[in-house]
Amino acid sequence: MQFLVSRFNPERDEKPWMQTFEVETWRGMMLRDALLEIKRQDESFAFRHSCGEGVCGSDGVNVNGTNRLACITPVSELKAPVEVRPFPGRPIIRDLVVDMSQFYRQYRAVDPWLVRKDPMPEQEILQSPEEREKLDGLYECILCGCCSTACPSFWWNPEKFHGPQALLTAWRFLADSRDQAEQERLDALEGPYRLFRCHTIMNCVEVCPKGLNPTKAIGHIKQLMLKNAI
Amino acid sequence: MALIKRRFDALIIGAGGAGLNAALQLARTEARVAVVSKVFPTRSHTVAAQGGVNAALGNVMPDSWHWHMFDTVKGSDYLGDQDAIEYMCREAIPTVYELEHNGVPFSRLDNGKIYQRAFGGQSQNFGGAQAARTCAAADRTGHAILHTLYQQNLRARTHFFDEYFAIDLIRDDEGAILGALVLEIETGEPLLIEAKATVLATGGFGQVFRTTSNAHINTGDGMAMALRAGIPLMDMEFFQFHPTGIAGKGMLITEGVRGEGGYLINKDGERFMERYAPNAKDLASRDVVSRAIVTEVKEGRGCGPNGDYVLLKLDHLGEEIISRRLPGIRETGKIFAGVDAAKEPLPVFPTAHYAMGGIPTDRFGRVITPAGTGEEVVPGLYAAGECACVSVHGANRLGGNSLLDILVFGRAAGLDMQEQLREHHRPMNEAGVEQAMARLERWDQKGEGIGVRELRDEFRKAMEDHAGVFRTEEIMTEGLQILRELRDKLSEVRLQDHSKVFNTARIEALELENLIDCGMAVAVSALARQESRGAHSRPDYPNRDDVNWMKHTLYYRDGDRLDYKPVKTRPLTVEPFPPKERVY
Repeated sequence: MQFLVSRFNPERDEKPWMQTFEVETWRGMMLRDALLEIKRQDESFAFRHSCGEGVCGSDGVNVNGTNRLACITPVSELKAPVEVRPFPGRPIIRDLVVDMSQFYRQYRAVDPWLVRKDPMPEQEILQSPEEREKLDGLYECILCGCCSTACPSFWWNPEKFHGPQALLTAWRFLADSRDQAEQERLDALEGPYRLFRCHTIMNCVEVCPKGLNPTKAIGHIKQLMLKNAI
Repeated sequence: MALIKRRFDALIIGAGGAGLNAALQLARTEARVAVVSKVFPTRSHTVAAQGGVNAALGNVMPDSWHWHMFDTVKGSDYLGDQDAIEYMCREAIPTVYELEHNGVPFSRLDNGKIYQRAFGGQSQNFGGAQAARTCAAADRTGHAILHTLYQQNLRARTHFFDEYFAIDLIRDDEGAILGALVLEIETGEPLLIEAKATVLATGGFGQVFRTTSNAHINTGDGMAMALRAGIPLMDMEFFQFHPTGIAGKGMLITEGVRGEGGYLINKDGERFMERYAPNAKDLASRDVVSRAIVTEVKEGRGCGPNGDYVLLKLDHLGEEIISRRLPGIRETGKIFAGVDAAKEPLPVFPTAHYAMGGIPTDRFGRVITPAGTGEEVVPGLYAAGECACVSVHGANRLGGNSLLDILVFGRAAGLDMQEQLREHHRPMNEAGVEQAMARLERWDQKGEGIGVRELRDEFRKAMEDHAGVFRTEEIMTEGLQILRELRDKLSEVRLQDHSKVFNTARIEALELENLIDCGMAVAVSALARQESRGAHSRPDYPNRDDVNWMKHTLYYRDGDRLDYKPVKTRPLTVEPFPPKERVY
């Protein structure tokens, strides 16, 4: 199977270029296996990866135009020649490795931690199964970045718009019955950009490898703002 | 160019659960703390832990830390140190509450308390009925814990060096640890971090085996750094093979599947664990279940066209339980085995999973080495988590005790080191820095040679063939010979890529050196131990031998030398659990 892979080494190249590799595929082969095979042919090829089972979020890449996690993308699903590029819109460090610091900054910007103002109980803070269920579809995020780097609003305003990942996280804490910083969280999302630059293009939903729905989370935040405003 | 230096009070190497929990304790003090991680923190392998963390909360049925302690001592096949085990089982309870307060989204019971499930090796009342002690966030507990700890560290403004690879510890002439030389992966530039205290929290080395549940990053970096600093590794022959990896691939299927009521069958549809462990059945200890699976396959009762795996049946649990309690493994089964576990059984076989052994520490996380007839602390050095050996797991770890270990002893290390941080920095040892730089510069050698991947593949295959579930003198002697030859070939390995920026080939070369050091520790320690205990199973010495072998192994890199030290059989406050025959 033919793979066209984006290459860029800042010590050598002025701009990224595409290199063709021929890879022998096998049943059950994932894109990460193919990338490893390419690295076998050329050790200078660089990409991030680790767990190999879609939980660490290291190996997000753009394949045939879509952001995906390489380790859970079967090559049998891909049309040849397979074009593998780094995430769009992020500065390229080398080959498929991009600089994700802006993405992590947006994550940090939503205060992604549980805030509790009451004194802690001696045992656990109680939470009913129904309350806990509200976190399903939110807490599973692996910070791979597939969503935010597929979002046109994030491409245009990465400094100002939080992007789908950070907003999903914001809702994960707003939705947590144990969290006691609702007003501060909502206040911090005010303004034309941070939250409201989402134009419900829904690329994030389409690409999320964990099947999460940031657009829906953003909708919930807007609803809650509205409810509090009335 | 002059080497760049940075000074911190404390240096933590590794940003999994142990490193992050140590950092969190220190963040509450005035200390300046650096956390160095070769990957972005939430990529650390704690993220992959599925089933849960043990604590005798008693939320589902009566429980006590003392029963938890008994199960852990028994599970360890009486090789665990009972003072550390008592400490861990007592601390488990406040530790889990603290995690919950920090935001971990645990699954819940109807009364709002943390959900707890049954796991292997758990009992009520010192060996009685099955207990339910494993606190779970569905089957993504490690992910939930790691993200929460990272989040709380962000809140505490911990200083992270993301994507920095630790090369070596720097040690002075008195043996004190002064910090470490690290490499910024993005620029390829080395950096010296000086610290009054250093914590190794680098996790395991499962990548030393070909089929493993472990991530690409699990290459034993901290353990090998300790070895190169002259510190021995303890009980390295005890390596856990998790019974249920996806056959042929190794991805983990949590013990929680069996905890929720799933069970194993052979090609005749027989629930074979009933023969091996009449009481605990599928929830016997991991070493017992792994051996049973390998035996079924060896004796011709395996499933599939080649008869080389068994089946894990859980479809009878029903769609609802599976999607609520085990959603992650259903996904994993679909992706990697092409099987919907809610409809069909999953093909499984043991997979290399966890190192019981590691850097010897006491229950405060301090690294200790033999000195004269006793022991002494290595000044300025701590270790916690899978890279450490306290020892709470002895010869076999119970499921749910590894998340517990990293949290309890990461915290203990963070607390204990606060005293030391009031001291001054010791003077830097320039010769030590040069030695560490030499390790890095060795990879600048150019020319033709063996490839990193080639040698790594051979080494991993040899480990799998010669240091697996069943080990005989013959297999291991042959294996050790092969491994030594492969180790000798390391000097012939050359990189072709000598660029600086994000050179992953260079990182893999450094990791290969670490893997080989860890693998040798396993092979040498295993050949010497002439008994069967826990995960170390010798068909030629089928019984446990408490007279000659109830002792910890210490492996030194220098000359592949072995030493031994006694097991601590005296708990802190309760009566010791004397060795008994271990049946499930």
